[in-house]
Amino acid sequence: MPLVFRCHEGIGPVVTGPVLVADDGFSARYDLDRKAGVFSRPAHKLFGRSYAGKVLALNTSKGGVATAWMLHEMAARGIVPLALLFNRVNPIIAQGAAFGNVALVDRFEDDITRVLRLGDIVEVDPGRGIVTVLNRIT
Amino acid sequence: MRLTEIEQAMRAGEFGEPRRWAIEHQIKVGRFFDAEDLVPVRQAHIMADSESLGEAGILFLERLADTAPDHRRVRVPTITDPRGVDFAAYGRLKIGEDLAMLEQRAVAAFVALGVLMTNTCINYQTIMPPVRGEHMAFGDTGVVIYSNAVFGARSNFEGGPSALAAGLTGRTPRYGFHLDQHRRGTKRIVVEAQPQSLSDWGALGGLVGRIVNNYWDVPVIEGFAEVPSSDALKHFGAALASYGSAAMFHIPGLTPEASTSAEAFGGPSPEPAVISAGDLRGFYAQYAAPGDRVDVVVFAAPQLSLFELEELAALLDGKTIAPHTTTLVATSPENKSAADRMGLTRRIEAAGAVVLEGVCFYQSYAREMAEANGWRRLLTNSAKLVNIIAGYGYEPTLASTEQCIASAVAGRIT
Repeated sequence: MPLVFRCHEGIGPVVTGPVLVADDGFSARYDLDRKAGVFSRPAHKLFGRSYAGKVLALNTSKGGVATAWMLHEMAARGIVPLALLFNRVNPIIAQGAAFGNVALVDRFEDDITRVLRLGDIVEVDPGRGIVTVLNRIT
Repeated sequence: MRLTEIEQAMRAGEFGEPRRWAIEHQIKVGRFFDAEDLVPVRQAHIMADSESLGEAGILFLERLADTAPDHRRVRVPTITDPRGVDFAAYGRLKIGEDLAMLEQRAVAAFVALGVLMTNTCINYQTIMPPVRGEHMAFGDTGVVIYSNAVFGARSNFEGGPSALAAGLTGRTPRYGFHLDQHRRGTKRIVVEAQPQSLSDWGALGGLVGRIVNNYWDVPVIEGFAEVPSSDALKHFGAALASYGSAAMFHIPGLTPEASTSAEAFGGPSPEPAVISAGDLRGFYAQYAAPGDRVDVVVFAAPQLSLFELEELAALLDGKTIAPHTTTLVATSPENKSAADRMGLTRRIEAAGAVVLEGVCFYQSYAREMAEANGWRRLLTNSAKLVNIIAGYGYEPTLASTEQCIASAVAGRIT
C-alpha cells in the first residue's frame, strides 16, 4: 500500500515529482533568488538549494503579497516549484497558485514537514486533496 | 459558493473578459478557503511593482487593458502600492532603462484599467483611512494589519491579482478577516520592554511576529505604558506582518474591537508569552555590525510620514553624509509634494540624502541596485526591511533613526 496523506482540497493540476522538505516558511520575495532558482535567504533551512521542478513541503507561507505575482512570473519562465505543500497557508500563496496555475495543497491530517522525506517521489492531487508517496527514500 | 445574479452574469462573460477572469479567480480562491459567498468592498489596493510582475505579469495586464473601456475599468476606487521605479531618480540609483520601461508599461496598463496611481503603502495615513466594519481588498501586509487592527476594517492580504480582481468585480471572497470568528485573539503576549523609538516599535513587532508565525493567529498584546503614535503602530504592524505573516492584532483598551483582554479572546485569557527588555536587545544584536562600513542607509518600509520626514530634516540640518554612503528616503507622492512645498526635501538633500517618491526600496529592484552600486551593508530603522532584504543579498543592521543618521555621516556603524 502506498503512503497517502490527506489534506484540504487544493488548487492547480495533478503533478508528480521529488520532495524538498523543511520545517520553515516560504515567501518568493524574501527567500528566493528567482533568477537562479535557489533559496537565497541565508537563514532559510533550504538556503542554496534549487527549487525548480521540486515539490516543496514547508510549514507555512510568510511575508509579503508579492508571491501572488511572482509564482505566475516564475511559471512563465519555467523556474518554479512543481507543487507547494504546506501545513497552513496564508491567502497570498493561494491567490498566487490560482493565478499561476501552480499545484497547492494545505491543511494535512499530519505535519507534512515531518512525514515526508527529502527526495521522496510524490503525486500531488489537489482536486482530491491527496498526496501519494510513489517512491519512498529509506 | 453562492453567487448573485450579477456575479453569475460576470462569470458568464456578460460584463467582458476582465470581469470574467476576475470572478473565476475569486471563486478558485474562495473555494480554497471555504468561502460561502463574495462580499462587496469599498476600496482595492494593488501591489504590482514591475519586479514582482515580471514580463509575464505585465503582458497579462496589457491584455486586460486592451479590452473595451466598459469591460476593463474597475468598479470601486482602486489604488496602488509603491512602484518599482521612481522615474525622477532611477538613473542615480543605477536601475537600468530596460527595467524602467517595464515599469512604464505596467503604469500605462493600470491607468487604462481606471486604477488610481497612489503608489503608497501608507494610504491609511495619506489617501483615505478605512472605517470600522468596512470591507476592503487591500494589498500590502502593513496596510492590511493596520486597517484591521487600528481601524477595525476588514481585509485579508490581497495579492496583486486578487486585489485587481476585487477592483474589477467590486467584491472579494468572504473568508478570513471578513468573518468575526477569525478576528478574535488566539495568543496573549505581555510586553515588558517599553519602546523608545520607531525602530523599537518595529523590533517589538518582529518579536511578536516570531511568536505568532501564522496568518490565522491573532496576538493580543498587553503592557504598553504609553499610547503609541500612528507612525509607531505603522512600524509595529508592518514588522508583525512581515515576521509573523499576521494580519490582525488587538491592544486591549487601544484598538477598537477589544476594550479588555477577555473581550479580545471572547473568553478567558490564556497564559501569556513575555517579551522582555533582553529580548528587545537581542533582536538588535542579531543584526549588529559595530564599526562596519555602511554602503546604504534606507528610511522606508513603510514609506515615511510627513512627521518622519520633518524629523530627518532636523537631524540632517548642518550635516554632510559620508561620500561612500548612499542615504535613501522613500515616501508617498502626496508626502513628497508636501515635503517639497515645506522645504523638507531641500534640507534632507542638502546633507546628501535622496528623497524618493512612490517607491519603497525593497520593491525597487533591490538586487539589481546592490549589484550595480556594490552595496552590501544596509542600515535602516525599519525592522520590516531588515527581515526582507537579506534575501536580496544585503547584510542589514537595525538602528534608531538618530543612530542611522549618525552612521550615515560617519560612513560606518557608530
